[in-house]
Amino acid sequence: MERIGVVLCSGCDIGKAVDLEAVGGVAGEEGAAWVVSHHALCEPEGLETVRRRLEEDAVDGLLLGACSQRCRADVLCDACLGVPVERAALREHVAWSHAPLDEDTQALAEDLVRMGLARAATVRPPEVLDEPVEDTVLVVGGGLAGMQAALAASALGKPVVLVEAREALGGFLREVPGLPPHRPPWDVPVPNTVGDVVRQVLDDPRIRVITGANLERISGQPGQFEVHVGTGDGSETFRAGAIVQATGAEPYDVSRLEALNPDRSPDVIGSVELDAMLASGELRRPSDGATPRRVVFVQCAGSRDPDHLPYCSSECCATTLRQAARLRQDFPEVEPVVLYRDLRTPGTLEHLYQAVQEEGGTLFLRGEVEAVHANGNGSLQVGLAESLLGDGVAVPADLVVLAVGMVPHSADGEAIRMLNDARERAEHGESETQRAEARELVENLASHEGTEILHLTYRQGPDLPVLQYGFPDSHYICFPYETRRTGIYAAGTVRAPMGPAEAAEDAWGAALKAVQCIEAARRGEAVHPRSGDLGVPDFFLQRCTQCKRCTEECPFGTLDEDEKGTPMLNPLRCRHCGICMGACPERIVSFPDYSVDGIASMIKAVEVPDEDEEKPRILALLCENDALPALDTAAALRTGWNPWVRVVPVRCLGSVNIVWIADALSRGFDGVILIGCRYGDDTQCHYVRGSELANRRLENVQETLERLSLEPERIRLVELAHNEFHRIPELLDEFAGEIEEMDPNPYKGF
Amino acid sequence: MNDTSNRPILVLGAGIAGLTAALEAAETGRFVVLVEKNPWVGGRVAAFHQYFPKLCPPSCGLEINIRRLERNPRIRLLTGTRLAGAERIEGGWRVILTRAPRWVTDRCTACGECTAACPVEIPNPFDQGMGTVKAIHRPHAQSWPERFVMERDACRQGCHACADACEYGAIDLAAEATTEELEVGSVVVATGWEPYPLEKLPELGGGVLPDVISNVQMERLAHPGGPTGGRILRPSDGAPPRRVAFVQCAGSRDVNHLAYCSGVCCLASLKEALYVREQLPGAEIAIYYIDRRTPGRNEDFLEKVAGTEGIRLVKGKVGKVLAADGGLELVVEDVEAGRRLHERADLVVLATGMVPSAGDLPLPVELDEDGFVLDDPASGVVPAGVVHRPQEVASVVRDATGASARAMAMAGGRA
Repeated sequence: MERIGVVLCSGCDIGKAVDLEAVGGVAGEEGAAWVVSHHALCEPEGLETVRRRLEEDAVDGLLLGACSQRCRADVLCDACLGVPVERAALREHVAWSHAPLDEDTQALAEDLVRMGLARAATVRPPEVLDEPVEDTVLVVGGGLAGMQAALAASALGKPVVLVEAREALGGFLREVPGLPPHRPPWDVPVPNTVGDVVRQVLDDPRIRVITGANLERISGQPGQFEVHVGTGDGSETFRAGAIVQATGAEPYDVSRLEALNPDRSPDVIGSVELDAMLASGELRRPSDGATPRRVVFVQCAGSRDPDHLPYCSSECCATTLRQAARLRQDFPEVEPVVLYRDLRTPGTLEHLYQAVQEEGGTLFLRGEVEAVHANGNGSLQVGLAESLLGDGVAVPADLVVLAVGMVPHSADGEAIRMLNDARERAEHGESETQRAEARELVENLASHEGTEILHLTYRQGPDLPVLQYGFPDSHYICFPYETRRTGIYAAGTVRAPMGPAEAAEDAWGAALKAVQCIEAARRGEAVHPRSGDLGVPDFFLQRCTQCKRCTEECPFGTLDEDEKGTPMLNPLRCRHCGICMGACPERIVSFPDYSVDGIASMIKAVEVPDEDEEKPRILALLCENDALPALDTAAALRTGWNPWVRVVPVRCLGSVNIVWIADALSRGFDGVILIGCRYGDDTQCHYVRGSELANRRLENVQETLERLSLEPERIRLVELAHNEFHRIPELLDEFAGEIEEMDPNPYKGF
Repeated sequence: MNDTSNRPILVLGAGIAGLTAALEAAETGRFVVLVEKNPWVGGRVAAFHQYFPKLCPPSCGLEINIRRLERNPRIRLLTGTRLAGAERIEGGWRVILTRAPRWVTDRCTACGECTAACPVEIPNPFDQGMGTVKAIHRPHAQSWPERFVMERDACRQGCHACADACEYGAIDLAAEATTEELEVGSVVVATGWEPYPLEKLPELGGGVLPDVISNVQMERLAHPGGPTGGRILRPSDGAPPRRVAFVQCAGSRDVNHLAYCSGVCCLASLKEALYVREQLPGAEIAIYYIDRRTPGRNEDFLEKVAGTEGIRLVKGKVGKVLAADGGLELVVEDVEAGRRLHERADLVVLATGMVPSAGDLPLPVELDEDGFVLDDPASGVVPAGVVHRPQEVASVVRDATGASARAMAMAGGRA
């Protein structure tokens, strides 16, 4: 933007805290096209004043010296004022947090306006993507979740292609003889209606079903996926706009639970085998065909167990209750016994538990099952410890049913990619050490061999990354459909353990996200969390050195590589976080409204006092998702902080380019603090690992500082949560105190 | 496409469920009218300190959602508004919305001068009655829209101190309620829940003993913006507790109270036990439970908390909480083991369940025996969140996303 108008608001104590006329003078010196003031910019009269000024003398953009960028976006936005708007937070970061009419406060306000103008000068309007976008939703998997996703996408007006590996639709639930209730009455199981869903799918003219088919390859990006499917009859190719992966789960393999059945009795079966008996109407012991009287259910068989499945599959208790109820109904002489650690029937499923208890025929016994032993006379004994009857209790049984959990049918895209890369290194590695390490890695990752499902042609791997235990779930509680591969959404039991009703509902959500992604692609907009954002990154590839950091570090697999290793941008996969921008040592990545140059200009715009003034300057790079809101809240509570701090909001700490720190030090800043989201297993970074990457990059910077004889403590990264608004002023004050203890930055004035 | 397909979707409630439903529809391209009874958005979760199992603050996700909301041109947000009536019409609903008098208008800049001038203090509704605020105040430190609210009923008659103090003419003491009628394609009911009242649990000391609090109150005690600035203190004397007891299923899985399991209280107490542990490392913490319900990957969280020093998980149902020797005594029955324990504590947290807020909806929705809204595809109404079923936040958001899709499909037309 070339001509920038400056609007200074004196309301909310700004006018009482600073000499706004002087601030306006600074704006003029810095090249503002004009400066206007109003005592209440956000009121209709204030907005009218700005509009009139714009009519008299149009500008390319506005800098509003007013409240934080997080405030009053309803009236102070680009669209509301008709020109791009930048903010200088004179309210939160000056008036509400610093001593009024103080020399340092005034300097701070003037710097904020200088910084805002410098940044505004670098902002360009976005070039809106206008790419052809395919409407079709690809659904992978024809079980309940996949079918519901197909029906949902169809109900939202989209054509669907449903690809199922087996010859028929219905998935795991197809043969199950009943389901837990999904509507009242809550106390009785319901018949299995999956067959009705199959018919609905087959009757839907917008859904095309391809069974007996496997994916061979998926390339492209949201709105433009190219899908290759192999069937018995050969292969076919079509385009899809977005993908729902509903590949389901498998029951845990009963034969792996040898420790529970050391005598290998055939009368110890899994819950799936019991369902087959219930479906057939014939309840017989596998060993002798006799009808069992005491059927003992062992809950958590191989679940909540670090040697098998460490998680709870959420569904086995409901399955057992359904089966116990069915046994009592179909075979009244049967006495089910349920051995459990915790009976888990959250929500209204509790009614089913109560009903089975009240019916009276089923005995529930809490304890830890040790093992099932054959008695020799054809019956079994289940050893139970820590029960109400103490340890070493033997529960007699004619048939034992192991309530096994579910294992997601997923592929770990990142592990497969590591395996493939390791194999490449094992072959062509530079040294024998490297090749040996690679060979070891290949061995460790061997279980991922040939597990591909989606076969994405992405540099970062052929499938969704998994979160934990093989589930490609979201990192976020608030955003359970968040995905690290834009336009591809997992649904149902592949995503997380859940029951049938939940899986069907989950599919509706995933289908909506798929449809939404197609619509966003059509508008050229980013999807969550920067939904609606139009500015895609630009790569000035002439200067690219093929270091591959951007392709490696992008959390969303946005970039592929050509043969030389040059990044190939897929703009519709991009989420606009800027992590590539932070990664690039050549600084060739920029967004129209967020660039290395833009932030560098802000840093360079700060007036740094001479060494003898004894007024250090501290640069605070704050994540705008968590740290900035915390600081704004501190200000709203009128908590102050050190006036030497100059705050620069960033999209994510991952977007911080190290050159900004060099710029700050050479400009004469005495310290730099980066405040971002918590990282690690419970990452709170909205771009998964931005703050973690920033931390890693800083380690290198600190080494450089030591070489330059600068204290590494001058640079600090702190993790902060959104609601730690009491802590952030303390952090800034502490850091400022430590910086003051040090000598001034010796590069001041260079 | 039929001619009703451009009707907006009405979302009732702007808690995490309603916000999600509204945003997901709007980001797909639908117009949405989002109605919230409070003057601010975020609902119940806005008051919580952290989510399990990540121990991250709910305000973090709300921040993202609020930014999404304010930059989306397809959502019209009406705060302080309730559904007053609804009539089924061809392909949708005609609804009447009533907006409460807006004593504090859009001119409010959240400067805070009014609060300084206000002479009346009231128990803080956002802090579950713990602590006080002025009758005109910001609902909470991070509330949005960033506008103050007035509890007009608490004002002194004839007082206009706030209006005099406001430089922006944002106080309108003569404001009146307004109503509007509009046609919508479908309705998402995301009206949330109320905590089961402590007062209904006098045998557990609820509403009787000051140091017996609810899990929701514990969230406010631990929250930096709460009545104690985030310090966990006993209400009776403001001292840090030495022994904290969590009573699971307080009024849940109990036909005399709530017959169902709220599905979140086990995890909430595990989480709150960590709040105590972090702040008061010397405190003895006990959680009394019937079943430890931590489904899915939350099992890891159970393992983590159960393995934390100073935290005991004790099997047994608490039947009574009594005042004893300046502290509290819990009578714990372990029916299966046939034993009765007498345990001591000086702060008791009742893990109360969630009661769906659907009772007074002027919509012909069908409720189940527990008061949850049933999903009826023919009705043009879709429930989302806890009003649909008791569930934790991630499930609520999934449910609300799916509900948004179903509401869009019902409202007709393309996405």
